[in-house]
Amino acid sequence: MSLMFRIELSLVDWLILLVYLAFVTTIGYLLKRHMKTSEDFFLSARSIPAWITGLAFLSANLGAQEVMGMAASGAKYGLATSHFYWVGAVPAMVFVGVFMMPFYYGSRARSVPEYLKLRFDEKTRGFNAVSFAAMTVFSSGISLYAMGILLTALLGWNFHASILLSAFFVLAYIFLGGLTSAIYNEVLQFFLIVAGFFPLVFLGLKDVGGWSALAERLGNVAVSQGYAPGAFTSSWRYLDDPAHNPMGVEWFAMLMGLGFVLSFGYWCTDFLVVQRAMAARSMSAARRTPLIAAIPKMLFPALVILPGMIAMALTASGSNFQLPRKEDGSYHYDMVIPMLLAHYFPAGMLGLGLTALLASFMSGMAGNVTAFNTVWTYDIYQAYIRRQASDSHLLWMGRMATVFGMGAALLAAYLTTRFNNIMDFLQLVFAFVNAPLFATFLLGMFWKRATGHGAFAGLLAGTLAAAAHHGWSLPKGSSPGIKGGWLGLWTSYPSEMAQNFGTAIWAFGACFAVTVGLSLLTAPKPDAELRGLVYSLTEKPEEEDQSWYLRPAPLGLAILAAAVLLNALFW
Amino acid sequence: MGLDLRLPIGLIFVVYGILLAAFGLLSDASLYRRSLGVNINLIWGCVLLVIGLFFLYSARREKAR
Repeated sequence: MSLMFRIELSLVDWLILLVYLAFVTTIGYLLKRHMKTSEDFFLSARSIPAWITGLAFLSANLGAQEVMGMAASGAKYGLATSHFYWVGAVPAMVFVGVFMMPFYYGSRARSVPEYLKLRFDEKTRGFNAVSFAAMTVFSSGISLYAMGILLTALLGWNFHASILLSAFFVLAYIFLGGLTSAIYNEVLQFFLIVAGFFPLVFLGLKDVGGWSALAERLGNVAVSQGYAPGAFTSSWRYLDDPAHNPMGVEWFAMLMGLGFVLSFGYWCTDFLVVQRAMAARSMSAARRTPLIAAIPKMLFPALVILPGMIAMALTASGSNFQLPRKEDGSYHYDMVIPMLLAHYFPAGMLGLGLTALLASFMSGMAGNVTAFNTVWTYDIYQAYIRRQASDSHLLWMGRMATVFGMGAALLAAYLTTRFNNIMDFLQLVFAFVNAPLFATFLLGMFWKRATGHGAFAGLLAGTLAAAAHHGWSLPKGSSPGIKGGWLGLWTSYPSEMAQNFGTAIWAFGACFAVTVGLSLLTAPKPDAELRGLVYSLTEKPEEEDQSWYLRPAPLGLAILAAAVLLNALFW
Repeated sequence: MGLDLRLPIGLIFVVYGILLAAFGLLSDASLYRRSLGVNINLIWGCVLLVIGLFFLYSARREKAR
């Protein structure tokens, strides 16, 4: 990646970066003496207050690729990107807090795969544990690679030094203080990300001339691309037809594909985020964790999507801010945030902005690493390799897993530099494996008749259906291969995003149908073994004595109402 | 769990606040051409300082109780 210029750091910027690194390591060091048992290390001894687990729940997902990717989508598609927040994340977060957390937390499972073992059987757990562990290693590898490339291009740092050093710091603070250290640092990183990016939005918006001037300039962009003037500044109005909006998606695919299947699948079943809630100090705190996360999540479009829209408006109206272009003439959309940082921030703020970027890389990586070491130790090592391991041995294994998990991530990062296609291919495979998961959990938690054989077969069928749908469909303008169509062409989609939503819907449908069908043919577990794991066999948690904003259901409803209001406001 | 998280958060915001505000006071105005003439270091430094002090204050109050 070559850019037109390079950022020069001054002394004050270096100081700010060093202070950050000193803080994250010190937090790990201070927590080290509390790590006495494996539950301390992997579950923070279930002792953390809800505001901390809530912000960590949000921050673990706030990796730099997420931040830069959302800004890129903001530039490419405009305000419709906010659907990832207001239709995608927020309802799913409310659902997991109100309806699913009683089973995750109440069952005392130590991980999401372990819940599957309690609810279904060993093979369902094994399938989920192995694919999840592999996925976390590859995603942290890919994000390490992305960070190395960015720091090299932006600051002229050495690629190897960049990724080795940041991997070292994340490794150090998790090795010392386990999940607690990762969670505490994620909250610190959350505040730094907000502190670093907020002034950027302020300056960008001031430069472009406020919201109405932004809308006017983006109106010109929309018209020049053949859309109605409001296409970049409306969330729903142009979703009546895929041809009317730059995303190439219509409302049904948006609601079902993104809103229902994809985001519920991620926020409700991904151990990376669920682990944060499991570390909460009480059932009530665990249920409030995703709800507390949903409140800032709702406002995040202002911080991550708005900069993309600003960058696009400035670039298209010939201001002195210009997004860099690739060799083929298309924009480097992923560079929105780094380019805006370099454009507006003087020495001082520049250090804080880079710290925010580094913090978001680290929080995403730490989320993957802590989820990996837990699943490896509890669901693979203790389950299949050494069943009789003592607790102190598991604690030691957790530290070792942190080291070799990070080592494997580094290996994956270097593989990515050599074989970019392999990584694209693997990400695709993981997407197939993940797509049907929500159907399995939904049936598992709310239908006591669902059986282990049914769940396992459903997961396989859903994964195959995802692969088959991808193999038989193509986004417009792509050639068969990694983008789809490798089995022949049965249908085509207006955009890659629409194709993804379609794949998700097929995977969910296939998993749901096969799980139900096979469950009816196989013997269910007796009710006594499902107590605490299934809705109809679990006592409702007592919460009447708390004020309304501490009770999950009214709080969840208030959050949903706010999300509806935001959708209406930016209709 | 042993460590009140508000302490490190408060502390890092206070350190950054002082660092940025001091640098903003001492640095040359020409540095701020790129930030549209706004001395963003001074302004944001003061904001961070206030937020940091608030975190430290609330941690202290909790401890006193």
